[in-house]
Formats: sequence, C-alpha cells, structure tokens
Amino acid sequence: MESLRMITSTVTPLDRKNVDTDQIISKEFLKRIERTGFGRYLFHHWRFDAAGAVKESFVLNDPRFAGSEILLADENFGCGSSREHAPWAILDYGFRVILAPSYADIFYNNCFKNGILPIRLPQNVIDRLLADGQKTPLSLTVDLEQQTILRKDSGETIPFGIDPYSKEMLLNGWDEISLTFQYEDQIAAYENRKAN
Amino acid sequence: MAKTIIEKIWDQHIVVKEEGKPDLLYIDLHLLHEVTSPQAFEGLRLAGRRVRRPELCYATMDHNVPTRNVTKIADPTAEKQMSALERNCREFGIELAHMTHPDQGIVHIIGPELGLTQPGRTIVCGDSHTSTHGAFGAIAFGIGTSEVEHVLSTQTLWQHRPKTMNIQITGTLQPGVTAKDIILAVIAEFGIDAGTGHIVEFTGEAIRSLSMEERMTVCNMSIEAGAKAGLISPDETTVAYLKGRRNAPSDEAFDEAAARWLALASDEGAVYDKTLSIDASSIEPHVTWGTNPAMGTGVSGRVPFLSEIVSPSDREAVKKAIDYMGLEEGMPIQDIEIQHVFIGSCTNARLSDLRAAAGVIAGRHVHPSVTAIVVPGSRSVKRLAEEEGLDTVFKEAGFEWRESGCSMCLAMNDDVVPAGERCASTSNRNFEGRQGAGARTHLVSPAMAAAAAIEGRFTDCRKVPALQE
Ligand code: SF4
Repeated sequence: MESLRMITSTVTPLDRKNVDTDQIISKEFLKRIERTGFGRYLFHHWRFDAAGAVKESFVLNDPRFAGSEILLADENFGCGSSREHAPWAILDYGFRVILAPSYADIFYNNCFKNGILPIRLPQNVIDRLLADGQKTPLSLTVDLEQQTILRKDSGETIPFGIDPYSKEMLLNGWDEISLTFQYEDQIAAYENRKAN
Repeated sequence: MAKTIIEKIWDQHIVVKEEGKPDLLYIDLHLLHEVTSPQAFEGLRLAGRRVRRPELCYATMDHNVPTRNVTKIADPTAEKQMSALERNCREFGIELAHMTHPDQGIVHIIGPELGLTQPGRTIVCGDSHTSTHGAFGAIAFGIGTSEVEHVLSTQTLWQHRPKTMNIQITGTLQPGVTAKDIILAVIAEFGIDAGTGHIVEFTGEAIRSLSMEERMTVCNMSIEAGAKAGLISPDETTVAYLKGRRNAPSDEAFDEAAARWLALASDEGAVYDKTLSIDASSIEPHVTWGTNPAMGTGVSGRVPFLSEIVSPSDREAVKKAIDYMGLEEGMPIQDIEIQHVFIGSCTNARLSDLRAAAGVIAGRHVHPSVTAIVVPGSRSVKRLAEEEGLDTVFKEAGFEWRESGCSMCLAMNDDVVPAGERCASTSNRNFEGRQGAGARTHLVSPAMAAAAAIEGRFTDCRKVPALQE
C-alpha cells in the first residue's frame, strides 16, 4: 500500500447522497480477477450512456476537475455491496482522499486498506464545500499528519478527526497482514485456549 | 453487569486488546465465493503466505452461476473467475461446493443449511449480506477483499468495537404480513443509514415468533439499514433448527452446545447505545417505489408527491428516483404494472419463501405480459421443493423453474431485466441498474411477488385467496 501524507489538488464535487457501490463500480466489471485497471469503469453508467457516449453533465466528465485527487461526496457514501472493487476503481481513477459527512462501514474500512483516506466532516462543512466547489473549482491541501484541510482560496483551515491506528497505517503505508503476524503467539494461544 | 449478546460474543473473541488500536478479533467461520476472493488468494500467493485454518473456511459458487444449465458458462470472464476459485480452493485446501455439487447454493443460504452457522460464532464473508447469519445469534458481517486476505492468512481481523442498537418489533404481525415486510418497514421508517457503526439486535414479540428462515430474512437486510451486522438472540427455535445439521454437534455435545447457545441471549436489563421501536401490527405488505430500500411504502400507499418533501436535497433525490423508475408522483402503488417477477436471492429463496409464493400461485396463471422466474437459493432448497411438488405448481402457472444461484438479484449472469422494464423482486437492493442497466426494481415479499405475477401489477397478496393447498 502506498503511504499518504499530504495531498494538494482540486476537488471533484459529487453532489449526491447515498451513493452505493453498485453505482461506483457496476457488476459487469466484477468478473475480473485482477486488482488494478478498474478506474476506467468508475461510475460507468453515470459517465457514459448506453451507446458508450460521454455524458457531459456528469461531474467526472467536467474538464475543470480533470486530474483531481480529492472526491467530495455527500452522506452515506459507499453504501450497499461490500465489493472492494469500488475503492480499487476510485484509487485507480486517481483519487486518494474522499470528503463526506458519513460513509457506509464496509466501504470506509476498504478505503484504508487501499491507501485512500476517507475523511468525515460535519454536514454543514460539506454543504459549504459542495456549494462553493460546484461554482468554482476549489483547491485543498489535505495534511494527514496535522489532520487539517487548508482551503487555498480563503486560507481557512478545517480540522478533521481520524482514529490513530488508521492514521498510522496510512502515513506509513503499512501492510496490515505483516503487522498482525507480530501477534502470532497471541493468536496461537487463543486457539489453544479455545481447543481446550 | 447485564450484557447484550453482542458484547458477550465480541469479548469472547478478542485476541489482542491494546490502547489506541482496534481489537484483534478471532474469526470462527470464513465463507467465500468466486467474486470477492480471487485477488485475496493472489495476494497470498505473491507474498508466499498460506491459509492459516483452511478447515474454518468454506467456499461456494453463486454470483455468476448460470441458472439454466450449470454445465455451461457462456461468459469467458465468468468462467475464468470460477476456475480461479476452484484452483485456489484446491491449492489452499479449502472445501468447495462447486456449481455442480449437491450442497451448492447462495453462500448465505448454505451456511445455515449445513449447520456451519452457529450461535456465538464470529462469521465473515466478502459479501455484505453476511449479516444473514446473525439470525442464529452470531456476529456475522461482510468484509472487503483485503480483509478476506487478512482472515485467510491470520484467521483474525482488526475491528473497532461497534456500538450496539436494539430494534424492537413489538406486537403481532397481521396475517399475510411477513418478515420481509418487517425489515422493509424498518428501513423505510428509520432510513438506510440508521444502523451505521452499530451491530443491531432485533428483539420483541414479533421477532420471537418468527421461524429461523424468517429471522434470516430480517437479519439479511440489516445491511440495508446500514448496520455492520444484525442478530437475534438464540432461543428454542434456533436450537431446534440446528439439531441434526451436518456440521452441528451431535448427541451429548449438542445438548452442551445448546445450553451454551441459550446462555448467550442478551441479559435482562442489558443496555444498548440506541433503541428504536416499531409496532408489528401497523405493518402492511410493503413495496419499494424508489432506488434505495428506504424508498417504499405499504401496498395501499402511493408514491410521494414532491411537494410533501421538506428538505430540498431529499426532494431532489426522490425526483431522480421517480424519474429513473418511470413513475408519476402521487401514483398509487397498485397502479404500477410490472413485466418481470423474480423469486430468489439470499433474502427470500428458502423453502418457506417458495411455499408462500406457491400458495398464492397455485391454480392460477402468470399474467400474459409478465415473465416470471423462480431461482431456489440452494440445490438443497430446490430438491426439497421438488419433493413437495412446488416446481409443478410454479411451472403449471407459467413460471420458469431454475437452478440455484444469485441470478437476477444482481444480474451478473444472463438473468437480466431489460432497460426500462419493471421487476417485482424478492431480493434486497433496488439500486439503479442492479438487475440490469436501466432496469427498475421493486422489492417485495414472495407472496407479494407471486400476487403481482398473476395480476401484472402490484396487488395486496392478502386479497388473493388460496385456491388449493
Ligand atoms: S443473492 Fe444477491 S444479495 Fe445475496 S449474495 Fe447473491 S448477489 Fe448478494
């Protein structure tokens, strides 16, 4: 997993609540057995019509947000299916940070395992960013170490919370399985206790 | 101190507890299927790791399997995914119910059937509807593929202790109202993120009187209420279901286990972080009209008027949903005409579900403008249904009788609802495109789906009297 410390980027505002993982990555792309290459299928049915033509009105097709690494979303983002193909597609497309008022639990966990930072912000902050960011593209600097987001246009600093474990994993890009192996004795002891 | 079943099971499974870290939780049972596992096995292989406890894993093929002819997979990428699972299970020593195996079925249907799902266990699967297994009083939740890999190699997971929630279903259900209607009503009432960050225990008189199969339907859709997991404290119904199951203990060991299971039930006076309550007698057969499971109402209800919705963003969401679904605001539910009926999925494809649908269908015929299919949840359900002659009831009524699998629940195989067409479905998700690009899904109970098949539109299943037993 790639570590994440600081990201400066324009923000792609996706003004929709309850975006489910079926929309993030549609089932027709789940048959692949690889982990990479899902970015081109991200939000497929919102980006393209049935004939494969680009839907101009969808925000990911707006050239002002090309190359953006921060996705701004609304409440309960990533609900529904547990498919990790959703964060794989988000990452492969180029996003490293997501901002939203709330996330579905499995999706939230899946992000951390892939080096994506999902930040929870109060609804009123998200509403403001969505309103402003749709008018004029916003540039933000997300600093994980300091747990702050700096707004370039106004100079405003927005703090955010994160649990210390997930923060450390992301900052270091650690592989969680190797970390767990350090507890092998405890796992074996637990198994022994259980067997007796 | 009085404890909930959630705290009891959680505490029994903590391997490591350290300040500033989530708990390292031991996993008792790991279920696998073809879609969310290949990248995990590949990860193991690349890192030169092994599966720590292959005997605690069990795999099946369900999402992609064809339901017309299981010996032929037309789609080469699907075929590749299935053979990957076969190869992975062989290489790592994991038992697999192959597409053609008599025990094959939807992963959440076969776990309980085989007695693998037991009270007090921690159960995971790379699938959000793992919550189904909570019906037995287990902590069962869906995980991503990275976590699948983590469990394969360590048999543990790092997990933040979730909050606890009690959803009480008080009172008694009216006749003809089912477990599916309970959970759809709960989601409509409290919203699709009501349970976020929580494990939900369903309690109350109406829950206690449900069969195990009905309890599975309720817990199955706790994920649609946003919960990490849903469960029900074990009781005599739970014990009776497990007796004689292949992987359940037998003889004296069973009695000992049963005593242990019953002791897991939440203590009198246990405290939850949150409690919600709903009166069962107020619930009608339920139909969703929108594009998430909370967008629904009783069968006598109607699609909302936009002017009734206060919040502008909610109004916008409802407008989008109504447009996608091709409905009019204010339209009565019973005026909605359907073209497809799907009776299947891990929510409602067990034997009792097929019986309920057959009870409505028997002696009648599918409406000429409707295509209707029944996809049993497992090969065992299919065999038992055939022994009872349910297949004949369905076929004589004009239903197609298929092989088991996920099928039209997510339309990964060729069971797809065409764009712009409408399906009364016993599954669990009505998201845009779930049953096919542009397809429109309405979630209902098996009896309601059967009634819609006959009428070609939604109708109150309670008004369709049984013609024959
Ligand atoms: S039946 Fe549907 S919800 Fe259940 S496991 Fe299969 S695809 Fe998922």
